[in-house]
Amino acid sequence: MDMAGGKSRLTWAVNLFAALLVLLWIIPTVGLLISSFRDRDAISTSGWWTALSASEKNVIERALAPDQAKPEGDLWVLEGHVLEGQGVTVTAFGITSKEPVAFTPGDTATHARGHKITVRADGRYRIEYAEEPSESRGQRLFVRAETPPGFTLDNYREVLFAEGMGRSLLNTLTVTIPATIIPVLVAAFAAYALAWMEMPGRALLVAAVVGLLVVPLQVAFIPLLKLHIGIGLGKGYLGIWLAHTGFGLPLAVFLLRNYMVGLPGEIIESARVDGATDFQIFRRIILPLSFPALASFAIFQFLWVWNDLLVAKVFLGTGEDQVVMTGRIVDLLGSRGGDWEILAASAFVSIAVPILVFFSLQRYLVRGVLAGSVKGAAV
Amino acid sequence: MQQALFALSTIIIGVFGCVAYFYFSNLLLDRMCPAKGPNAGRNINRANAIRPWLFVFPALAILSIYLLYPVFSTAYLSLHDSGGDFIGVGNYTWLAQDEKFRESLVNNLMWLLVVPAASTFFGLVAAGLTDRIKWGQLAQSLVFMPMAISFVGAAVIWKFIYDYRGDNQGEQIGLLNALVQAFGGDPQAWITLPFWNNFFLMAILIWIQTGFAMVILSAALKGISEETIEAAYLDGASPLQVFFKIKIPQIWGTIAVVWTTITVTVLKVFDIVFAMTNGQWGTQVLANLMYDWMFRGSPDFGRGSAIVVVIMLLVTPVMVWNIYNAHKESR
Repeated sequence: MDMAGGKSRLTWAVNLFAALLVLLWIIPTVGLLISSFRDRDAISTSGWWTALSASEKNVIERALAPDQAKPEGDLWVLEGHVLEGQGVTVTAFGITSKEPVAFTPGDTATHARGHKITVRADGRYRIEYAEEPSESRGQRLFVRAETPPGFTLDNYREVLFAEGMGRSLLNTLTVTIPATIIPVLVAAFAAYALAWMEMPGRALLVAAVVGLLVVPLQVAFIPLLKLHIGIGLGKGYLGIWLAHTGFGLPLAVFLLRNYMVGLPGEIIESARVDGATDFQIFRRIILPLSFPALASFAIFQFLWVWNDLLVAKVFLGTGEDQVVMTGRIVDLLGSRGGDWEILAASAFVSIAVPILVFFSLQRYLVRGVLAGSVKGAAV
Repeated sequence: MQQALFALSTIIIGVFGCVAYFYFSNLLLDRMCPAKGPNAGRNINRANAIRPWLFVFPALAILSIYLLYPVFSTAYLSLHDSGGDFIGVGNYTWLAQDEKFRESLVNNLMWLLVVPAASTFFGLVAAGLTDRIKWGQLAQSLVFMPMAISFVGAAVIWKFIYDYRGDNQGEQIGLLNALVQAFGGDPQAWITLPFWNNFFLMAILIWIQTGFAMVILSAALKGISEETIEAAYLDGASPLQVFFKIKIPQIWGTIAVVWTTITVTVLKVFDIVFAMTNGQWGTQVLANLMYDWMFRGSPDFGRGSAIVVVIMLLVTPVMVWNIYNAHKESR
């Protein structure tokens, strides 16, 4: 019994710590996500964790001019509305700056001059004068009001259409799609040859690919930029596709070759015996069977290219038609550093697609992560 | 719209170009060496010798131009000054005396000590915890999710957490400062805080890499044979003892892999520093310093290249280790 008790206590502790860890890991993202839906004033005056509770504000408003009061019985009455149309709830009011929250809604405050003032929770007020008033300056009303939590899509509208994120989204897509498909294709053929075709120096080539896996990208920038400019390619999409293809190829060849080596050799041999050419074997047998590995790498490459800042900064120009989303966000961080509504919405425009890909294709991603590191370098 | 069409057509041309290359080069080879006629045997052998090279040629060509050639070219450039004149090791002696370079190197080493260790540790904890609970899958997805977020996106997310409002600028809207205040401390401008700001930047990469470590370590933990664990329990070991004394020793190899993989990532860290501080306030790192020399007002490709060579040298041991292990495994 004691052991069972200890075990369930441990289970509780494990659940608790796991929950804390997960919370710690998602809070940063959640904070910015919530902020991206709040309006500018709300973000800059209160923390995002207060977004769901009503926010309070203190307002001073002037009532209608007393000479507009209408007779009612033997009184002169003025009726109106504070904070009209803002959907707020008045929680306290007052009539002097010394005691701005002296009365609760529905109470009647009596002014030193004798008139009586009532403000109700919904913001309507009523001022009663014993005699016809003649002043033209309205009574000052001090009101504390609660604003219900509000969320808006305006931030997204602004970044997409006014801040250029819409255009950058298109640029990012233009970079990402070819830079994902081309290396998959090129690598698949090479991986097949390195896995199943007899050729001299095969082991050496494989070792070279493994070595290139960790070559820092920075190595390539200066020589390639010179090369691109030298052969007239300049800064542009073709250059960045080729660059991303080059940088993605080692991992692609490595992952795909490792996967293809594990495919059953009998199928390939029997196809050869039946007279199939290597091209047919590749297309009819290897490609369909390798789908999981192809998907793994494609997702990797997609995320990597989509999220890349450095390669885009080096190989693309700074014109409106070439700035990708990450580059645009970095610019915004510089130029609009304090405007969190803009930054938050921009960040989420760029994060949305990878997150979607991540949650829908996580299986393949995990498989790729495992194949990429464990198989490759496990002791 | 025009750009979308442009992109679409290049995708089609690129993809079809690739397919066409492979298809027609094969066809051509078959025509040139027909497996019929008087020389059938010789032709088949010849075709079999050539065909693999047709398959690997595009990959080989791209790898050579985009990764191999730059390694040598960079090494060559690093021996020249900004005007292209040969100056021997001049750039390296300059590096050795440059204040910013020393700062970058020290910072990079700090990153190298902290980030892989912390990521692997948290990854191990996360793997250990999520392995034992019913909602482990969900928990793993959520911890893994930052992997999908760009470094730039992560920088925005964390810059918001570190946000600081001066004395008369109203309530603190950054989570960290709000927490510090709630516990009675004084809000700080974390990103400009000398020395410690490095660790606030590292936290971002740790946050991203922990999921990666967790996924791999979790798979390794699942691969441990049940028998050793059962035996330990029967001998009266507590769950914690089992974790630390039975499970962890069996996955040392995987831990080493995770560690080195993150090490390589750390050496190349650029985006986070670029977006958060751009190397100001004592947070410069090698990759950002190199970018700086490459794109500043008057770029110096020689000095930039020398910095890259240093990064390259730092990565080399990992590369050798990887090749060694891959080679060992394939035998």
